[in-house]
Amino acid sequence: MSPLLSARDLTKSYGVQPALRGVDLDLHEGEIVAVRGRSGCGKSTLLHCLSGILRPDGGQVHFRGDRLDDTSEAYRSELRRTRFGVLLQHGHLISELTSAENVALPLMLGGGSRRAALAAAATWLGRLGVAEAAEQTPGQLSGGQLQRVALARAMVTQPAVLFADEPTGALDTLAGELVMKLLGRVAREQGTAVVVVTHDATIAAYAEREIVLLDGRLDPTGLGVAVAVGA
Amino acid sequence: MSASYVLLGLLARGPKHGYELKQAYDQRLPRAKPLAFGQVYSTLGRLERDGLVTQAGQDQAGGPERTTFAITGDGRATLETWLAEVEAPAPYVTSALLSKVVVALLVADPARATTYLSAQQQAHTGRMRELTRLKSEQDLTVGDLIAVDYALTHLDADLRWLQTALHRVADLHREVQS
Repeated sequence: MSPLLSARDLTKSYGVQPALRGVDLDLHEGEIVAVRGRSGCGKSTLLHCLSGILRPDGGQVHFRGDRLDDTSEAYRSELRRTRFGVLLQHGHLISELTSAENVALPLMLGGGSRRAALAAAATWLGRLGVAEAAEQTPGQLSGGQLQRVALARAMVTQPAVLFADEPTGALDTLAGELVMKLLGRVAREQGTAVVVVTHDATIAAYAEREIVLLDGRLDPTGLGVAVAVGA
Repeated sequence: MSASYVLLGLLARGPKHGYELKQAYDQRLPRAKPLAFGQVYSTLGRLERDGLVTQAGQDQAGGPERTTFAITGDGRATLETWLAEVEAPAPYVTSALLSKVVVALLVADPARATTYLSAQQQAHTGRMRELTRLKSEQDLTVGDLIAVDYALTHLDADLRWLQTALHRVADLHREVQS
């Protein structure tokens, strides 16, 4: 089976500082992959290159066989709105809008009617157990509710790939567990592939496999550090 | 030994015979090392000898006759004392994992140490994945969830410690070499 999303030999530098030094990754439909590694190892840069937020300096990204990295910003933006979902550590909901409006927004931006978008938002809020938060604004929600609303917003377009960057980093253990269980469940039900960046092994354990980065490269040992001995 | 106290705790909720105790033990501590029937009866024998439980009749509900046991006043007092005792944090750190990692970093060459540590890390993450799948996919009892959390949290602690140890040694090497 050909991969849904594939990256070959990705490189990216910030000024003279290399962040990615030749990373390969294949992501298949419905698969959950965790990306781990020490701070500054290139995890978030990889996520941004895969999702088209950043254009890599070298290498290629293909989505469903089509090259993604050399397309226009407008095309990549469109892809992010329609085929990719993004879940960040702090939800990044719009504080002036209600939960339902936040979740409906990606559909309305895609040209859907307000009524249909709000109906879809209500369905998703219900699926994620936060129907009661529909008319509340983000400031009125707990951290766990906020992330579930953000997950609803990321999933409402039924994306092919969900990119999650430290999605439970701001939550306590049980709230984080609930978000990861729901994320795994809805991703499986929708056949959505997930790339989850995390430093937390208990979160990475929700993935079917993990890759570890060390100084911008894949670390096949999985340790994320060059082992030194004789201390 | 804690099995005696667990049996006293189970009896504190009402009299039971050996078979019911074994079932209740397995239900409350589902991921613990299973308690053999023989151990249930030998423990009950010791508790009876010490006056902490007493025979409270025979139960023959559709099967062989079984002796029912009840906790005594002394048994309740002993249970209360045990519950009130703080489990002292271990004064010395000992574990096979700690010893092996320290020795690997001490005597192995970097390639061999990496091979061993990588395999160890993968064994831990593999087990964490199994336990997480269990927790996500099955309807577990609260007892099960608590036990799985205990196992996961300890595996996670091992991994965090391993990572920190490797980073410390790597940082030290960089400092020495610079």
